[in-house]
Amino acid sequence: MKPILKVENVYKNFGSKIVLKNVSFELYPSDILGIIGPNGAGKSTLLYILLNIITPTSGKIFYFGKDFFKNRSEILKKVSFASQYVSLPYSLTVEENLKVFANLYEIKKADKKITELLDLFRLKDKKKVLTRALSSGEMMRLNLVRAFLNDPLILLLDEPTAGLDPEYVKYISELLKYLSKDKQLAIILTSHQLGELEKIINKALLIKNGITLAYGTLTELFKKFKVNSLEELYFKILT
Amino acid sequence: MKLSFKRIWGIILRHLYLLKHSFSRWIDLLYWPTVDLLLWGFITIYLQKDFYPEGKWVFQFIGALIFWNILIRAQQGLAVGFLEDIWARNLLHLFVSPLTITEYLLGLFIFSLFKAFIASLLMAIIATFAFNFKIWLQGIDIFLMVFNLIFFAWSIGLLTMAFILFFGQEAEILAWALALFFLPFSAVFYPVDVLPKFFQYIAQFVPTSYIFETMRKVLLEGEVSYVLILKAYFLTIIYFFISVVIFILSFNFAKKTGKFTKIGE
Repeated sequence: MKPILKVENVYKNFGSKIVLKNVSFELYPSDILGIIGPNGAGKSTLLYILLNIITPTSGKIFYFGKDFFKNRSEILKKVSFASQYVSLPYSLTVEENLKVFANLYEIKKADKKITELLDLFRLKDKKKVLTRALSSGEMMRLNLVRAFLNDPLILLLDEPTAGLDPEYVKYISELLKYLSKDKQLAIILTSHQLGELEKIINKALLIKNGITLAYGTLTELFKKFKVNSLEELYFKILT
Repeated sequence: MKLSFKRIWGIILRHLYLLKHSFSRWIDLLYWPTVDLLLWGFITIYLQKDFYPEGKWVFQFIGALIFWNILIRAQQGLAVGFLEDIWARNLLHLFVSPLTITEYLLGLFIFSLFKAFIASLLMAIIATFAFNFKIWLQGIDIFLMVFNLIFFAWSIGLLTMAFILFFGQEAEILAWALALFFLPFSAVFYPVDVLPKFFQYIAQFVPTSYIFETMRKVLLEGEVSYVLILKAYFLTIIYFFISVVIFILSFNFAKKTGKFTKIGE
């Protein structure tokens, strides 16, 4: 099987500060990769490079076998992103925000799709509500609805469960796991909630100061470092 | 890759929705042009009636006001539209979608045209009823001049956006201030030859100075100077091209330095 995302020796520096040093990994359909590291490790920078929001100093990125930097617009039709730290315009209603993005992703039958997704993420009754009236948890779920508008093949999530009630953390985690299996969706996510992360990821990339300290499937990593949980792995490698 | 009209429409829709929900934005769009026109219109009538009965000041001032408002609305429609996405921290979401920078700019250009059209239509209607000044009866050449003003407004708007990307949100004041920098040299309300010599020299390089000179000729003498209009277009095309290049360089700089992800925080 060919990888749907191949990252080769991505290097990034801001002036004299090296943020990422030759990061490489591969992602296959249904993979869920956790990018794990302390604050300032370079996790968000890596996600933004994978979205062409930050330009890498060097390195190559291939989505679906195509060079990302030569086929950005075409590739981003099937890649999505959601973050706890990026909001949607507050002055628009939930429905209006989603209609704008449905146009940006050229979604056909957008109204039907929006209704289905609002139902799936339990936001159906918020359709006509101004976005500013949403709680932080509802805002994150709206971000996820937006991210699923284009039926992505790869989903990038920055702290997707931060600020959510435990009930929703469980619901979102199970939903992501289900979609990954059922729709062959590949997911890359960052999170500090190691317990929740361990339940859904099958691969991990551990980075510190921009340097990859470990990468592989959870089974391989647990065996290699002789640990029984992601938390143990974190403390053994990253502290 | 081909331009997507649906994505361009997405950008226009985002700003139309914003306008729909915002009373203050409607006030900004309709109130200031109305106040400007009524205030300067009546002052001019008073001056003409009591001091210079032979002059044709009213039409000249009203025409200048309408033209200047078209430029300001088109420039702010672009620059403030960009700022709206920064304030809403929405820029990042927009550019992780397949939206290209060309589509984004085209969306903002069209929306700024819409704003300029609404403001100028309102002013034209008020000018007709309050001062018996019918701008659409001044000939087809008026549109030649208006298009030039809009292109120059976009050049200023693009430059403002480039400064915001390069220097950060501190530069947002330029969205309101940069166009005003050109006001004295544009000879909006007076002929270029009343300016001091050094200002006249600068005015040679400001395309709007040729447009406002032509407008005065049309309104006062009924003559159109195509040479002046050509000069204005020549300069505007150069400025528009330079602004696009500077904007793209700043956009890439913001992506390279990581400023793009921090802007609006």
